Amino acid sequence: MCLGVPGRVSAWLDRDPLFARANIEFDGIQRECHMACVPEAEIGDYVIIHAGVAICLVDQAEARRVFDELNRLNLLAELETDVVTEATPIESKRDEP
Amino acid sequence: MKFVDEFREPELALRLVAQIRETATRRWVLMDVCGGQTHSLLRYGIEVALEDCVELIHGPGCPVCVTSCESIDFALQLAMQPHVIVASFGDMLRVPGSRESLLDVRARGGRVQMVYSPMDAVELARNHPDCQVVFFAVGFETTAPATALAALHAEQLGLDNFSMLVTHVRVLPAMEALLLSPVNRVQAFLAAGHVCAVTGFAEYDVLVDRFRVPVVVTGFEPIDLLQGILGAVQQLEAGGHCVSNCYARSVSREGNINAQKTVETVYEVADRDWRGFGSIRNGGLILRDRFERFDSEKRFATIQVNPISVVNTCLSSEVLSGQIKPPQCPYFGNACTPDSPLGAPMVSSEGACAAYFRYQWLQSK
Ligand code: SF4
Repeated sequence: MCLGVPGRVSAWLDRDPLFARANIEFDGIQRECHMACVPEAEIGDYVIIHAGVAICLVDQAEARRVFDELNRLNLLAELETDVVTEATPIESKRDEP
Repeated sequence: MKFVDEFREPELALRLVAQIRETATRRWVLMDVCGGQTHSLLRYGIEVALEDCVELIHGPGCPVCVTSCESIDFALQLAMQPHVIVASFGDMLRVPGSRESLLDVRARGGRVQMVYSPMDAVELARNHPDCQVVFFAVGFETTAPATALAALHAEQLGLDNFSMLVTHVRVLPAMEALLLSPVNRVQAFLAAGHVCAVTGFAEYDVLVDRFRVPVVVTGFEPIDLLQGILGAVQQLEAGGHCVSNCYARSVSREGNINAQKTVETVYEVADRDWRGFGSIRNGGLILRDRFERFDSEKRFATIQVNPISVVNTCLSSEVLSGQIKPPQCPYFGNACTPDSPLGAPMVSSEGACAAYFRYQWLQSK
């Protein structure tokens, strides 16, 4: 029920405060959605659509920040794993038949 | 970035799983509040992957599962009236009342229409001036802006053949009711991301202070969920309790003010009967006096619903309050399956029983 799908605002159709509508693109598919709750959205912005209505803007900078941070941690973890793997070649060789 | 695939990245997910394992010194009990999260946790195998360090229990986050039997029975009666069309979301059409569902009634000739958006129901009314269109408005705070907009559209268009059967429910009072229960096991909540996108998360401060329970606002993709779980485990390990936001790309502290104003214009807070829970104080929304003429219960006040006493074996109240997991219900998978469900949580696509049934192959490692 609370399923919300991110889509990109591709064109404004009506900017009336109550009947505001825009075309939203979901992975190549266009759909007309109601925009009265997110009137500030601009073309290119991402919004979360629920039951045909945009309920919020997606803050792209915030998403990128969190994602970069996670990727950095992942990279650090991989580096640590590499160091451990490289440090134990004899151990692993011993297991070979 | 399209905000979907990136947040399903398997390597990142595995790293987060490892981090949760490293952080947890004991097995904590977390509750996800939203049915959409329940499905993702099962679909992506997160529950199984973390089995030994986190117990995930699933809360009342399926609005159609908690919609009262009386409201469904009333909708069924409406659908059988001449010149009445009942419209609602797909899930609501499948959930049984005391005997049958709206889809069953449609099979017997009732006029029932599935809609994707409440605004489609307003269009239906415009296109059928000879019929009364009743929209069965169900959902949490996420859906309330959409149904409120429908009422505002109908008012602006001057429609006198549109009304709504409003059974909206509010998440926060239900979380409070769970924490007050003597059998409560919840140690931290993963708050429902899209509810918070509308309401913001400032309103959780009171809950957190009163019950000293961590609340982490959480999204729906695997990376979002794992970040939320990690955030909750970190708080529990540190003995802290605050509201933290792990879904900041969509949720702010104050939420969507426009959406809140739309909801406040149309609805007011009231007590609501939750199926499986009983009456929850401030647990729902009702139409304000200004929108009285769009209230189906008033418009069709002459329709009587005769209470039918049915022996209900379904353990949905135990499932929805997290006391048992669906497979612990004796009917799960035998007497109760999605094809012949005994209760709403097995019918709804967001119900916990349906989620376990669908992804049960993932449960056995
Ligand atoms: S498995 Fe069926 S009977 Fe048991 S709680 Fe779930 S819906 Fe109810």
